[in-house]
Amino acid sequence: MNILTIKELQNKGLQPEILFWVGCAGSFDDRAKKITKSFVSLLNKAGVSFAVLGKEESCTGDPAKRAGNEFLFQMQAVSNIEILNQYNFKKIVTTCPHCLNTLKNEYPDLGGKYDVIHHTELLSTLISEQKIKIDNSEFNGKKITFHDPCYLGRANKVYEPPRKLIESLNADLKEMKSCKEKGLCCGAGGAQMFKESEKGSKEINIKRTEEALETKSEIIAAGCPFCNTMLTDGIKNKEMDDKVHVYDVAELLDKST
Amino acid sequence: MISSILFSLILIFSILLFIRNCRKLYRNINLGKNIDRSDKSNLRFKKMFRLAFGQSKMFDKPLVGILHFIVYVAFVLINIELLEIILDGVLGTHRVLAPVLGNFYNFLIAFFELLAIAVIVCVILFWIRRNLLKIRRFISNDLKGWPKNDANYILYIEVILMFLFLNMNATDQVLQNAGYSYYGDYGTYPISLYLVPVYENLELSSIFIIERVSWWLHILGILFFLNYLYYSKHLHILLAFPNTYFSNINSGGGLDNLDSVYKEVKAMLDPKVDPYSTNNTNQQFQKFGADDVFDLNWFQLLNSYTCTECGRCSSECPANQTGKILSPRSIMMKTRDRLEEVGKNIDKNKAFKDDGKKLLNDYITKEELWACTTCNACVESCPIGIDPLSIIIDLRRYMVMEESSAPKEINNMMNNLENNGAPWPFNQQDRLNWINN
Repeated sequence: MNILTIKELQNKGLQPEILFWVGCAGSFDDRAKKITKSFVSLLNKAGVSFAVLGKEESCTGDPAKRAGNEFLFQMQAVSNIEILNQYNFKKIVTTCPHCLNTLKNEYPDLGGKYDVIHHTELLSTLISEQKIKIDNSEFNGKKITFHDPCYLGRANKVYEPPRKLIESLNADLKEMKSCKEKGLCCGAGGAQMFKESEKGSKEINIKRTEEALETKSEIIAAGCPFCNTMLTDGIKNKEMDDKVHVYDVAELLDKST
Repeated sequence: MISSILFSLILIFSILLFIRNCRKLYRNINLGKNIDRSDKSNLRFKKMFRLAFGQSKMFDKPLVGILHFIVYVAFVLINIELLEIILDGVLGTHRVLAPVLGNFYNFLIAFFELLAIAVIVCVILFWIRRNLLKIRRFISNDLKGWPKNDANYILYIEVILMFLFLNMNATDQVLQNAGYSYYGDYGTYPISLYLVPVYENLELSSIFIIERVSWWLHILGILFFLNYLYYSKHLHILLAFPNTYFSNINSGGGLDNLDSVYKEVKAMLDPKVDPYSTNNTNQQFQKFGADDVFDLNWFQLLNSYTCTECGRCSSECPANQTGKILSPRSIMMKTRDRLEEVGKNIDKNKAFKDDGKKLLNDYITKEELWACTTCNACVESCPIGIDPLSIIIDLRRYMVMEESSAPKEINNMMNNLENNGAPWPFNQQDRLNWINN
């Protein structure tokens, strides 16, 4: 896989259309790395000019900010902005809604003003422009439910692009009882991913998995590496991991092109 | 004559008491820190019209939305009748507007009566929902005691007021038909007509007393209700308007960036700043985050008084739905309780005297705060733009930046982030390794 960093590109006197913000999960988490690769494969198939920050990328600071550590968040933000502002690109695209939300809504005040979109938004544009050709035999008629990540849906009002992608696969999109504005969280946000949950009657990811299983779908589609982990754990907990699978929308699309 | 004087005195007393409560409310809300919400007044007006006047979010639950809208419209319109009641009370007249408005008067009263019966029906349905149907947000623990009673008192007062209004009209009609004393012949009213037979066999003098007692109890009830508001969740009928106007109009899910932190971070990263410079010694000590109501901003405090305790936030909250003790509604209620306590402290001591209590720990526990996933469902679900999440974040900021009391795993995550630029212990130099494995 040949991927250039934006620095390498700049050294050649070039600049990319798209800066792909890979994110910590996309860089280090074994499951999320597969999503990263699928997305890159799609970008290559569509012939999109893109680059990554590579070793210059660092956490946006989202989990620190939501845990209450404004200091650490701003230290991350200010140094990331300093790096981002050295380069020219048209858009930032990210596969992580937490990165998306932070880059898009919290960086501008600190001097980082960028056009930031989620990968499902970019992919849905590429399909409209027919830059990606879909062979829809793979998921034809299959029941797929989509879990709205809080930071993609409620926080950034992106509800339709991922759904449009699933529909473009000729799949049978099944909505869960709480979806879109009312979508139930997977339980990972607000730095919960990194700690045990408080005492209660049930884990949040189990409740969300139950809602997903109620749709009788074979595939749970997600648009966030953290939701992906939580729901995959939920499916395992319910001992349904041989019948139901959790995929990122980009992975589904990559398999169909 | 005596009744005019008595009425005027009661009216003035009630209004003064109401003004006193409003001033207290204003003072308490202003105990909060400043936040600029003076921008984009166009957008703000639009949001207020949509959410407060139009109640658009109430229709997420269509049946309740319609019932609530009927009660709201009826409440506003029936209060037009209040104008006549006050004029009659002060001037010692009876139905002073009837001769002035002629046929239109009868139309108005008939219309008000239809609204009154609609309110009675809606309020009975509300009571059934609240007390008989096992709706989770109405039976959960954070609503036990005063909040539950408060909600029911409001329903009882509304039914009683509407009944008194109808009863006053019914007895009035009997007296009109009999040509009793000053009761002129104004006509019949569509709903109270059905109450007339109850009184037909009574002595006219007794009916007169019942009419007067109904009239007085009705206006006294309204004046009582006006002053009950301050102690009740029902303040939303007034505060929903400023609350939606001043609510957060940024569309994205971004949290505020603390200016106080920004200054420090800039100074730390700027090589030109001398950390040992003495220029900063005059700077006031900055507290990060909030552990009490004084550290919240006035909009958050306004939120706490505006909250109607409907519980839509808590029923959408993933932590609450899975049995954690966190309830965004309870965050708002506890903030108001603490603010009220601080207000009473100031009333008593002229200025706030340390009472050894704080919003954090004495009211809102750490267990509640750490259960939040910041999913924004509570904010999204509030029909009148209340933001419980911002309070949770401000309290977390205090716990992390002032107390360093975050759970151990959170501290581990933050250490990783600080050292490696990722929440896990991976080296930043390995950020591109995903390409090859």
